[in-house]
Amino acid sequence: MSRRWTVHLALLFGGIIMITPFVWQIVVSLQTVTESMRTPPQFWPSWQWHNFVDIFQTVPLGRQFLNTVVVTIAVTAGQLLLCSLAAFAFARLEFPGRGLIFTLFLTVLMVPGELFLLPRYEIMQGLGWLNTLQALAAPGIFGAFGVFLLRQFFLSLPKELDEAARLDGANPIQIYWYIMLPLVKPGLLALGLLTVMWSWSSLLWPLVVNTDPEMMTLSAGLASLRGQYLTNFPILFAGSIVASLPVIVLFVVMQRQLIAGIAFTGSKG
Amino acid sequence: MVLTTERAAAKATAPTGRRPPRREWLWGYALVAPMALGLAVFYLWPIVQTFYLSLNETGPFGGETWVGLANFADLLADEDMHGALRNSLVYALIVLAGVPLSIVIAALLNVPKLRGLGFYRTLYFLPVVTMPAAIGLTWRYLYNGDFGPINYALSLVGIEGPYWVSDPDVVIFAIGVVGIWCSVGYNAVLFLAGLQGIPKHYYEAAEIDGASRMRQFFRITLPLLTPTTFFVVVITMINAFQVFDLIFLMIDDSGTGMPGARSIVYLFYQKGFVEHSRGYAAAIAVVLLAIILVLTAIQFRLQKKWVHYE
Repeated sequence: MSRRWTVHLALLFGGIIMITPFVWQIVVSLQTVTESMRTPPQFWPSWQWHNFVDIFQTVPLGRQFLNTVVVTIAVTAGQLLLCSLAAFAFARLEFPGRGLIFTLFLTVLMVPGELFLLPRYEIMQGLGWLNTLQALAAPGIFGAFGVFLLRQFFLSLPKELDEAARLDGANPIQIYWYIMLPLVKPGLLALGLLTVMWSWSSLLWPLVVNTDPEMMTLSAGLASLRGQYLTNFPILFAGSIVASLPVIVLFVVMQRQLIAGIAFTGSKG
Repeated sequence: MVLTTERAAAKATAPTGRRPPRREWLWGYALVAPMALGLAVFYLWPIVQTFYLSLNETGPFGGETWVGLANFADLLADEDMHGALRNSLVYALIVLAGVPLSIVIAALLNVPKLRGLGFYRTLYFLPVVTMPAAIGLTWRYLYNGDFGPINYALSLVGIEGPYWVSDPDVVIFAIGVVGIWCSVGYNAVLFLAGLQGIPKHYYEAAEIDGASRMRQFFRITLPLLTPTTFFVVVITMINAFQVFDLIFLMIDDSGTGMPGARSIVYLFYQKGFVEHSRGYAAAIAVVLLAIILVLTAIQFRLQKKWVHYE
């Protein structure tokens, strides 16, 4: 047996371990409750497609899906715009205090997210924003990671670019928009994909800030079912599949860009 | 890290001693301002406020009384906190023990001209892009003590599996396995990038010297991979100490498994947002910050002993 076959066998063995929970989830989502609790386990669906309809009546899943889409789009668009503006300024413009401000940005990266939660909740309470979509999105729009990531991309561009544009009378915002932004597209794409992934799946903040099921994200909506519906795994799994599928599809389509973005954080971190 | 990028920044933007015109200053501030304001409101101010809260006792309906370090003293005596510290530490160690697995997977994926690389990468990466809430529910089912497939598989080889998510002695290991399963693909991607950065000529030289593949792996690959390993270990540890989602989804809040599973962040959530003891929860968050900073500092101190930088 050649070495190559051993490698394939090892990778396949591991791959089966990785994929089995997903396959099992899909199978159970198409079973009746009784079938899902049999011993020995029944690894065959009885095609209960209505589970995927029932979950929409158990929780406002459609509404939660829409909430998640809106929040994810708002957060991602906000991140891309604000991070790229700040990253451009840090990388290509000179101003007093630049290093200090940037260091301050970086310290934010070192602090675990739990330190922000209680005061953020109080801010939202003070604004009367509890149980609103803007409460879900507002904190997520801001973040230091994207500034750091995109700054690296802006730094890699030759300085002749801005100098030539300056001579032609372009101001910084024009240089940013017309010259630099198109050249850092791979960075924007990587940040965008990572932000979509994080924003779509995040749990703790949505869980605490919006308690009305109508205003929840999918993640919090699923989590809120723990306890009540825990004996009904088929329905829970149908909901899980609906909730995770969009990001999985996005990943399969944009795999190379997302992987490149993650590898980049490793090499430059 | 910051130092090298600072130098790169100086190179990119400081040509021939040109003094930036004041107009450029204004542009700089204007473009940084939106993000800086947001970070100030949603990050910097909350840090200050959390520290302040941690020194206060808070009622469920607002209102704060200065109590100094009393919350921290209470934490020292709190058995739930002791349990949470122990659980988080054990969980972190389990997930860290999974890091070598990612190196092996990355090394396998790095075999030259491997067919199906994209396919394998998708398989291993799938849990990374899946919502943790969905993952937690799925594993809760797989782990079920009565009808779960895992215990059934064990019974086939004559082992009677425990009640994975309700037995406080095994629950953290059950969650740890899921933690590894979730992160192995992410880490493998980082390691794969690290492997691809190792110059080929090292291997060519070793080949000429007649070194076996095993020897090459231990003498060339692992040492040259240590910067990536260091990064992965630090990130894995920080993330492990913040575990919450899996516990929330897999373990019943008042179930028998919870004392063996409750992490620092779970306790923080319970105190802050279920019991509304915000001052006490803030103290937990401050302790978490301290733990992460100290452990990270130790890692950076130790890196001189084992990380090779070219």
